[in-house]
Amino acid sequence: MDIFLQQLVNGLTIGSIYALVALGYTMVYGVLKLINFAHGDLVALSAYIGLVIMMQLIGVVSSKAVIIIAVFIFTAIIISIFGVLLERMAYRPLRKAPRLSAVVSALGASLLIENGIMLIWGPMPKIFPASIVPNINWNVGGVYISLMQLLVLVISLILMIILYFFVNQTKLGAAMRASAIDQDAARLMGINVDKIIVTTFIIGSSLGSVGGLFIGMYYRGIYFNMGWIYGLNAFVAAIIGGIGNIPGAMLGGMLLGVFNAFISGYLSSSWALALTYVLLIVIMIFRPTGILGERVAEKV
Amino acid sequence: MSEKEKLMVVEDLQVSYGSIEAVKRISFDVYKGEVVTILGANGAGKTTTLRTISGLLKAKSGSIRYKELELTSIPAHDIVGLGISQAPEGRRVFGTLTVEENLKLGAYSKKTINTATLSWIYELFPRLKERNKQLAGTLSGGEQQMLAIGRALMSEPEMLLLDEPSLGLAPVLVKTIFETIKQIKHSGVTVLLVEQNAKAALKLADRGYVLEVGKIVAQGTSKELLESPDIQEAYLGKKK
Ligand SMILES: Nc1ncnc2c1ncn2[C@@H]1O[C@H](COP(=O)(O)OP(=O)(O)O)[C@@H](O)[C@H]1O
Ligand SMILES: [Mg+2]
Repeated sequence: MDIFLQQLVNGLTIGSIYALVALGYTMVYGVLKLINFAHGDLVALSAYIGLVIMMQLIGVVSSKAVIIIAVFIFTAIIISIFGVLLERMAYRPLRKAPRLSAVVSALGASLLIENGIMLIWGPMPKIFPASIVPNINWNVGGVYISLMQLLVLVISLILMIILYFFVNQTKLGAAMRASAIDQDAARLMGINVDKIIVTTFIIGSSLGSVGGLFIGMYYRGIYFNMGWIYGLNAFVAAIIGGIGNIPGAMLGGMLLGVFNAFISGYLSSSWALALTYVLLIVIMIFRPTGILGERVAEKV
Repeated sequence: MSEKEKLMVVEDLQVSYGSIEAVKRISFDVYKGEVVTILGANGAGKTTTLRTISGLLKAKSGSIRYKELELTSIPAHDIVGLGISQAPEGRRVFGTLTVEENLKLGAYSKKTINTATLSWIYELFPRLKERNKQLAGTLSGGEQQMLAIGRALMSEPEMLLLDEPSLGLAPVLVKTIFETIKQIKHSGVTVLLVEQNAKAALKLADRGYVLEVGKIVAQGTSKELLESPDIQEAYLGKKK
């Protein structure tokens, strides 16, 4: 029972990170019907950039809380700029081109960022400082939960609630959902769809940057091609939840995180990736559109 | 008629899809307060014309003047704010949004939603009020058409473009929709109505244009068109 609860906590932690990253895939897919393969690499880049900012601030600023908040905010801004540039340079010129062109462009952008990271920071892993988040652990009835885990869980949850509120309760959120359904009909409402797409990239990149920073601070080791594996897991999470569906990405991320943790806890972590695909295939067989994908059949 | 103000003047409008010329130098005008109908068979270029007015398609040449403005160089998302809204062909409601969310998006170009306008639309279409929390995709075809028109009215347009509002609807519903268009006209909104249902459209409209493979082949008051033997034969199902 203890191992169950412990792996549940661990799984929800990594699941939150997957969910944050999965949101970026699913939101961009929603408005562009395009898999932004470079998203995972932006997540990796955010860990590197966050580390640079952190190292600059340590020694200048004494409060760790201030350092952490500043790192999150500046990294989110920088990665958002990268996300907007990515859309402008790699995807917008191909909006009317055949789908394959955009896919190739996405893969190209992914390789460019990944190799750019390697050129700047080298092929060896970088390590986040140990004590930036105080190493505090609580024992809750035999289950250990660290301050870092608590931060990941709480911040992710808050961000997801804000996102959910934004998308469902605000005018801009409604415009975003409308643009995802029918771009021309959205234009007829007076919605500037290009602006909505840029907004989507900003939100997706910001959430991804939080995910990337959590990876760095939680696992501490970061490497230039980590965007590939985290991106893949998050992408699978988005598909499991129903690509294009925002609550689906949250659910898919949590589900995959917990699933991976149980595999690691009861079997071995080396099984995790293989069994992730088994889970994906099983879900695709029973729910080809993902768990929450396309709940409403549209009448014509 | 000439004493009234011209709201829109379309001149030599030409629109192409690649090498396919869909609209071939057409000219027409719409006066303030009128209902003008554009009739024509499938593929005549009616939808292309309306999409170009709304800015969704770029004109190859020609002009669309609306009041003092040249619309052909204005992006689609700015046009509704100028007072021209459209209920497009096939309704195009946002299926996974609620009826109310669809209506509110109709007022996207406004700073605030005018509750009086919303109440008026619910009065025009009581069905929409009953179902305002329902997802638009679950409405029947007729209800979706009502929603598409209501959504277009939410921007409080001066000019409403309707693309085949009666398409695929049962005869009773067609009657209801045309009845509503009459009420919309009486509220002071200018209407440009594209239809294949020539009889119903001409009964309602002040004037009409007949489009055939991208060209205007006939025009006149509704009375003139209804009485024209050519129109009767080609569009009203009467023998010469
Ligand atoms: N997206 C498109 N691409 C190419 N040709 C099109 C497209 N849409 C319409 N057309 C062509 O343009 C012509 C006019 O179409 P349309 O304006 O839809 O006519 P209508 O609304 O009168 O039925 C038709 O020949 C049609 O095949
Ligand atoms: Mg048409």
